[in-house]
Amino acid sequence: MELELKGITKQFAGVLANDDVDLRVAEGEIVALLGENGAGKTTLMNILYGLYTPTSGQVLIDGEPLELLSPADAIAAGIGMVHQHFMLVPVFSVAENVVLGEEPTKKLGWLDKSRARRVVREISSRHGLDVDPDAIIEDLPVGVQQRVEIIKVLEREARFVVFDEPTSVLTPTEVESFFEVVRSLKAAGKGIIFISHKLGEALDIADRIVVMRRGKTVAEVVPAETDEERLAELMVGRPVDLTVHKAEARPADVVLSVEHLVVLDDRNRRAVDDLSFEVRAGEILGIAGVQGNGQTELVQAITGLRSALRGVVQLRGVDVTIESPRDLHKRDVAHVPEDRQRSGLILQFTVTENVILDSYYEEPISNGIQMDWDAAREQALRLVDEYDVRTPSVDTLVSKLSGGNQQKVIVAREFDRDVSLVIASQPTRGIDVGSIEYIHARIVRKRDEGAAVLIVSSELDEVMAISDRIIVLFGGRIAGEFDGSATATEIGLAMLGSQGESEAS
Amino acid sequence: MTDGGPPPANRPSDPSAGEREARITGVGTSLGKAVVIPALAVLTALLIGGLIIAVTDLDTLSVWGDDPLEALRLTLSGVGDAYKALLIGSVGSPRALTETLYAATPLILAGLAVAVGFQAGLFNIGVNGQMHMGGMAALWVGFSVALPGILHIPLAIVAAIIGGAIWAGIAGLLKARTGAHEVITTIMLNFIALYLVDFLLTTSAFQAPGRNDPLSKPINPSAQFPTLGDYRLNIGFLIALAAVGFVWWLLYRSTIGFQFRAVGFNPDGGRYAGMNVAWIYVGVMAISGALAGVAGTTQVLGLEPYRGISGFAGTIGFDAIALALLGRSHPVGVLFAGLLFGALRAGGREMQGAAGIPIDLVLVLQALVIVFIAAPELVRAIYRIKTPKDETGVTISTGWGG
Repeated sequence: MELELKGITKQFAGVLANDDVDLRVAEGEIVALLGENGAGKTTLMNILYGLYTPTSGQVLIDGEPLELLSPADAIAAGIGMVHQHFMLVPVFSVAENVVLGEEPTKKLGWLDKSRARRVVREISSRHGLDVDPDAIIEDLPVGVQQRVEIIKVLEREARFVVFDEPTSVLTPTEVESFFEVVRSLKAAGKGIIFISHKLGEALDIADRIVVMRRGKTVAEVVPAETDEERLAELMVGRPVDLTVHKAEARPADVVLSVEHLVVLDDRNRRAVDDLSFEVRAGEILGIAGVQGNGQTELVQAITGLRSALRGVVQLRGVDVTIESPRDLHKRDVAHVPEDRQRSGLILQFTVTENVILDSYYEEPISNGIQMDWDAAREQALRLVDEYDVRTPSVDTLVSKLSGGNQQKVIVAREFDRDVSLVIASQPTRGIDVGSIEYIHARIVRKRDEGAAVLIVSSELDEVMAISDRIIVLFGGRIAGEFDGSATATEIGLAMLGSQGESEAS
Repeated sequence: MTDGGPPPANRPSDPSAGEREARITGVGTSLGKAVVIPALAVLTALLIGGLIIAVTDLDTLSVWGDDPLEALRLTLSGVGDAYKALLIGSVGSPRALTETLYAATPLILAGLAVAVGFQAGLFNIGVNGQMHMGGMAALWVGFSVALPGILHIPLAIVAAIIGGAIWAGIAGLLKARTGAHEVITTIMLNFIALYLVDFLLTTSAFQAPGRNDPLSKPINPSAQFPTLGDYRLNIGFLIALAAVGFVWWLLYRSTIGFQFRAVGFNPDGGRYAGMNVAWIYVGVMAISGALAGVAGTTQVLGLEPYRGISGFAGTIGFDAIALALLGRSHPVGVLFAGLLFGALRAGGREMQGAAGIPIDLVLVLQALVIVFIAAPELVRAIYRIKTPKDETGVTISTGWGG
C-alpha cells in the first residue's frame, strides 16, 4: 500500500506555492518533509487533506487516483492529520473528543460513553499512549493532548498519518516519548509524513527525508547519507553555518543583578522562587530549561511587565525592581519578547509604525505632541536596510512579513541604539535558518560592543551555541550552572531537575 | 509601577477577538476598501427600502391581480416618488440643504466620539449620557452667565467638554483601575445621566421659575448658536467640521493618537512598548466624552426653544454608534456618514409630507444600512466581490469529523 502525490502544482494569485511536487510514502515508512516556513509544505499537506484543490497533479493510493474535495474524503481514504494547533474541545473529556463527529449512540440517541471509553483504552494500550479516557482536555499537558489527536486519527482507521510540525509545542522529554509513539505507529504498518523544519529531528526519526524549497522538492535523501549542515544547505539553498562564531567573552562589570527574586504567576504560584544571578557587560548568559519553569515570569519581572513579590533587580547598581518598561527603555535596556506577535509587534501597523513603537515620543520622531512621519519613515528605511528586513516597503503591514522578518523588525528597533542590557526570549523561535543565523550574529555583536546579554530559550541547542555561561531553571530555581564547555547531557539532566539545588550565583 | 497604574501584565487578551472587532468597526482599513462596502450597503438598503415601500402600498397591491403591468407601473412610480421626495427634501433647495447639514451636526460630533473609542479598542456606548451631562453644563453656563457671545459660546462649549469628559472618564477610570468593561459601565452611566438630568431640571438651580415640570430657564441669547440667516443651520456645523479635523490630527498625527491606535490593536504590545495602557484608556474615554459633550451643546445652545428639557439629546448618542460603523471609524468617514444620516432625516420629513411614506421608513433604511455594514460578507456575496486576499485563510477547524 502506497500513498503518492504526483506532479502537484498549486497556483495562488501571483504565487506558485507548489511546483510539480512528487512525494511518496509507503506503509510502515516514515518520511520527513523538511523545508523552511513558506517552502510550500503546508500547502501540499492541505491538498492531501482535501482543503485545497491542486491546479494540476494527482493524489493516488496504490496507483488509484483519489478525489479529495474535503477532509471527509481524505479521512474516508485513510488519510489522517495531526495539526500543529490541536482541534480539541477543551471542556470535553478525552473519550468525548475522540468520538466527536461520529458519536456511538445507544437507543434514543443516548451517547454510548462506555464504548467511547473502551475505544480510547484499547487504542492507547496498543500504542503505549497511556491516556485516561475520562480526563478533561484542558487539564492535560500539551504532550498528552497531542496523543489524544493521535488517538482520534487512529480511531478513524487512518493508514497514513500526517504530523504538521508536531514537536514545536513539546518539551524535550515529550519529544522523546512522541518519537516512541511514532515508531510504534510505524511498526503497526502506518505510513507517516512528518513535517518539520528541525533538522536533528528529521535525521532522528525518518527513513527518508524530502526537502522542499520555494515550492519544489529539491532533494530526497536518507539520514545515513547526510548531516545537518548538508540538509540546512538544501533547505536554504546556500551554505549555512549552524555554529555561532564568537570570540572569547571578556566579562567586565556587573550590569544586571537579580537577588532573591520571587515572582508569582497568574495563578499566584511562585513561578520564580528566590532566584539570584548576575550578568556582566560583555558576556552572554543563557537561561535554559523546559518551558514553564519560570522563564516567562522572570523576564517579565526584570523588564517591568510584572511586579516582583520580593527581591531586588539592579541595573548597574541602581534598584530598578519597580520601574516600568518605559523607565527601563530610558536606561538603555533592549527587550526582544517571547511572543513577537502578541507583544513584540502591533500586527495591524506598518513596518514604519512598528520600528518607532517604543521611541515614538522622542526626538526625532516626535516633538512631544506631534509625530514627524517623514522622520519615522526615514528611520524605518535605514533600519530595513541595515537589518536586512525583507519587505516590499516600509508601509507594508508587518503582519504580511515572514516570521523571520518580523523578528528582524523587533531586533532592529531594540538594537538600534547604545544598549547596556539585552534581554531576548526565544529570539529565534519558529523562524527560518537564515534569519536565525543573522539574529545570533547581531546578538553576539551587541555583546562585543559591551552589552550584557541575557538569552532565554527552551531550545537547548540554541542556548549552548550562543551562551558564554548557562544557568538552568527548574521550578523557578537554578538547577545548575555551567560554563561554555558543558555537554548537552549534563545540561539536559539539570533541565529535568535531577542535579539538585545548587544555589549558585 | 511608578506611575500608579494597576498591576501590569496578567490581563489576558485575545488578539483574534481584537481582529474580529476591528473588522466590524473598520479600524485599520484603507480608504479605498473603506468606501466600497459602505456605498454598496447604502445602495442595497435603498433597494430593499423600495421593496418595503412597494409591499406596504396596499392600494397598489390589490391591482396586481387585475392588471400586473399597471401595478408594476404604479409600484415603480410610488417608490420613485418617495425617493424623489427624499432627494428634494435633503438637497433639493437651499433650505433642504441647510436642514441636512443642521441635522448632521450633532450626528457627526457624536459619531466622532464613538469612532475615537473604536480606534482605541473601546466601545463607548455611553455617548448618550455624555451628551446629556455635557449639555447640562453648557445649559447652566448658558443661562447663568452674562457675557458677550464671542466669549459666552466658547465658555459654554468648554463647560460641555468638561462635563462630557468627566462623565466618560468615570467609565475609563473604572476600566483602568478595576477592569470593569466599558460597555457595561457606559450603558449604566447613560441611565444615571438621563435621570440625573430629569432631577436637576426640577431643582431651583435649573428649573424655570413657576414651572413644576422638568424645563430649564431659557439660555441667554448671547450663548445661542448664531444661525445662517433665518435657516436653522448654525455655527454648530462649523464646530463639527473643526472637530473632524481635530480628530483626524489626533489619531494620525499626534503621539497621543499613535498610542490610542497601538493600544486599540494590541494592548499587550502597547504595554510592552512602554505605553501606560491604563491611563490611555482614561484618556480615550475623556476625549470621546468631550466630543460627546460638544455634541450635547447642539441640543441646547443650537435648538429652539433654547432650554433644557427632559431627555434633550434624544437617541443621537445611539445613532452615533451606527454612524461610526458606517464611517469605518475614520473621521472623514464619520463626516460623510453623518451627512448621509442628516440627509435621510431632512428628506424623510419631505417624503412623509409629499409622498405619504411614514418617516419611520428612514429609520428602517438606517437600520438596513447598518445591517449590511456589520455583515460585509453579505454585501460581498450579493455583489460577488472577492474577499481580500489577507482575509482568506482556509478554515482548518474541521479536523476529524469536527
